[in-house]
Amino acid sequence: MIHKKRNKKSLFLFSKLIPLLFAVLILYPQSPVFAQKNLQPSSGDAFVTAEIGDARILIPFLADDSASSGLCGLIFNGLTKLDRDLDIVGDAAERWEVSEDGLVITFYLRKNIKWHDGYPFTSQDIKFTYDLIRDPQNGCPYISSYADIEKMDILDDYTIRFKYKKPYAPALLKLGMGIVPKHILQGQDMRTSDFKRNPIGTGPYKFKKWKTDEYTVLEANEEYFEHAPYIQRHITRIIPNQAIQFLELVAGSVDSMTLTPYQYIYRTSGPRFTKSFNKYSYLSHAYTYIGYNLEDPLFKDRRVRQALSYAIDKKEIIDGVLLGLGEICSGPFLKGTRFYNEEAEGYPYDIEKAKTLLGEAGWSDHDGDGILDKDGIPFKFKLITNQGNKARQDIATIAQRQLSRLGIKVEIQTIAWAAFLNEFIDKKKFQAVILGWTTPQDPDCYSVWHSEAAQEGGLNFISYKNKEVDELIVKGNTTFDVEKREAIYKKIHKIISVDAPYTFLYFPYATPAVSKRFRGIDPAPAGIGYNFIDWHVSPDERKY
Amino acid sequence: MIPMLIGISLVTLIIMHLAPGDPTSIRYGLNPEVSQSARAKLVQLYGLDKPILTQYVMWLKRILTLDFGRSLLDDRPVITKIMERLPATLLLNILSLILIFGIALPIGVTAAVKYDSVFDKVTTIFVFIGFATPTFWFALMLIMLFGFQLGWFPISGMRPWYVEYYSLGGQIKDLVWHLILPLVATSFGGLAGISRYAKSSMLEAIRQDYIRTARSKGLKERRVIYRHALKNAVLPLITILGFILPSLIGGSFIFETIFAWPGMGRLGYEAIMNYDYTTVMGVGIISTLLTLVGILISDIAYAVVDPRIRYK
Repeated sequence: MIHKKRNKKSLFLFSKLIPLLFAVLILYPQSPVFAQKNLQPSSGDAFVTAEIGDARILIPFLADDSASSGLCGLIFNGLTKLDRDLDIVGDAAERWEVSEDGLVITFYLRKNIKWHDGYPFTSQDIKFTYDLIRDPQNGCPYISSYADIEKMDILDDYTIRFKYKKPYAPALLKLGMGIVPKHILQGQDMRTSDFKRNPIGTGPYKFKKWKTDEYTVLEANEEYFEHAPYIQRHITRIIPNQAIQFLELVAGSVDSMTLTPYQYIYRTSGPRFTKSFNKYSYLSHAYTYIGYNLEDPLFKDRRVRQALSYAIDKKEIIDGVLLGLGEICSGPFLKGTRFYNEEAEGYPYDIEKAKTLLGEAGWSDHDGDGILDKDGIPFKFKLITNQGNKARQDIATIAQRQLSRLGIKVEIQTIAWAAFLNEFIDKKKFQAVILGWTTPQDPDCYSVWHSEAAQEGGLNFISYKNKEVDELIVKGNTTFDVEKREAIYKKIHKIISVDAPYTFLYFPYATPAVSKRFRGIDPAPAGIGYNFIDWHVSPDERKY
Repeated sequence: MIPMLIGISLVTLIIMHLAPGDPTSIRYGLNPEVSQSARAKLVQLYGLDKPILTQYVMWLKRILTLDFGRSLLDDRPVITKIMERLPATLLLNILSLILIFGIALPIGVTAAVKYDSVFDKVTTIFVFIGFATPTFWFALMLIMLFGFQLGWFPISGMRPWYVEYYSLGGQIKDLVWHLILPLVATSFGGLAGISRYAKSSMLEAIRQDYIRTARSKGLKERRVIYRHALKNAVLPLITILGFILPSLIGGSFIFETIFAWPGMGRLGYEAIMNYDYTTVMGVGIISTLLTLVGILISDIAYAVVDPRIRYK
């Protein structure tokens, strides 16, 4: 009997009291009194976010997974960073000068930066960091981006000069790598040092605690040079299952997560969710495409590739695979940035145009079996993608059906990642492939589109070779002037779009949900996390 | 035991290397910011460019000094990574083992003694349900109902991030609270199997001649069942216990993923998926060792329980 009573009581607590509490919390801030209060954010509360996998190494230049890089971004500062509109601005550097010939870049540092342990931050630390990166013994995977640095000169404590062997425009962004402290790491072996699990940086948050595969705790750096962050603690909980993450979110023990398209559309429209959470959507910095092996006789003719691109309905794919949460892509740069060419038409769905183009190229159904043929060879190809990526497998199925309308027979094969890379992609033993690229922050696309990158193991595995594009890539790579670069990359976009070596499919939306008690979130091309230090919670809504 | 360890570790290493690719291709294969030359340097740095046998001999030399090497993923000592997970894994698995045997043994024995009774039939149905239920689904349902809808237990995790602000007693209470759902979920499947084993071996024991003799001597039923029959019936269960031991530290990837439990299963899975050879070898060698120890223990337990077996 007693038990029954207690259960009833706790049932009441959870079914009535908690929603009531939520309702109170949510209704309150809408009153004008609190709206006024929000004008002056004060510090407090904790932000709890959920990640699928744990961080590995909290050293910026060794971090190679998104969880580690995300934390490093809060703990460290680089010379430069990207602002809300993805333009390069100073971070630890107040300003910089690039010499006429593009070979010398001089950075002038902010003078009020301190390490988390109180030591002053100087140009010594910067030289030290880039020396570490450039030493192969330290195993930095991004070492090639710094190979062209000839030398670094420390002019004084707050001025450092980089001299390059040849002009390298991506340098400004690459020099945004997080800086590590010389006074702590000098003489230590980077790979065995326990710094990677106990870092000291200059960033808005200090590292506090790490329980492997459970959670990490960061604490606000009150001395941060921009201003002290308002949110007192930043907690990352590792919850490997997205369905469980969602339950934790709705239950209130997690404040933020990345929703799946299904969750975004179908699970988050009820009042219980909308009362407590805001959903955001913005373009992720990545696109998905179907790539054609240009060394395969089937895809040598540009008209055939264009026909395939016309015949594949990207809108239907976005609706089917992402439930509409994406935008059509027409080229290899991030939509919404200055380098993306909105004038490149791409290939809007047009089956008649596709048929005409194929006819011009000599493909038609001569023998009446429903499959196109040319010189007695039927139009059949194998479309491969990697196992474990459901979106790509769904794309394959939809594309297969769409191309069958043209009389093209597509066979789908999914292959485990390691074998997929080593046996098929690296060795170029494929006909067509579904894959994705992240759009790099700098538009330089040498490693994917230059003909030099088409050797075995290179990332231009479809063997796209266009002299004009090659020249433009090299030019873009050595031009610092942003407007000139813009023109160059827009042209590259246009040419690649016409050549149609890929059928560009879509940019998916990033779809995070964040608890409504966090104010100051300002969605921009860069996403929502870029101004985290300005987020705040009004005192009445604080939870922790 | 030593030749067995060498054989098993060598086979593990060869199987890992037979799979196409290496750690750098998995992590950096399609990363435009990582050049081929940088990847080649990393392969060299990890010593992966040497022949497999050379790598094995190097590994063997290190292992003789109890050095498990460093993980290829984050350069931490493999033994540290294992020790970090071991407490969570052992806690959950030992408790679950106690729960399984503590419940399954009485159920099985009673079902055998009261063969064909209502109790027997009910437990038989329960056992079949237990066998037929996919355990991950059962775990999700537990979380949905008791974690999410009713809110009686935490949805996932082993402790909250603010656990350090609790008193010691509060921390223990909190841990128990977090343990209940994972415990029920991991025990559920095992319960069915073990109670079935217990029942069948008990049934067999009851039908033996010596039980009839015991009864005809006029011994009390209780003494017949618990002293004469049960002692013989637990023999096969000891064998099973020996084989369960290694799975105690192996952990379960599925349960650990669902409950966000920081155990060995997730470590092993991550290591395999990322071609982290040293960690896979480390986890492998410890599991092997435990399997062998488990077999040894069950042999010793046999000798204790069964006076017919004596080792010379």
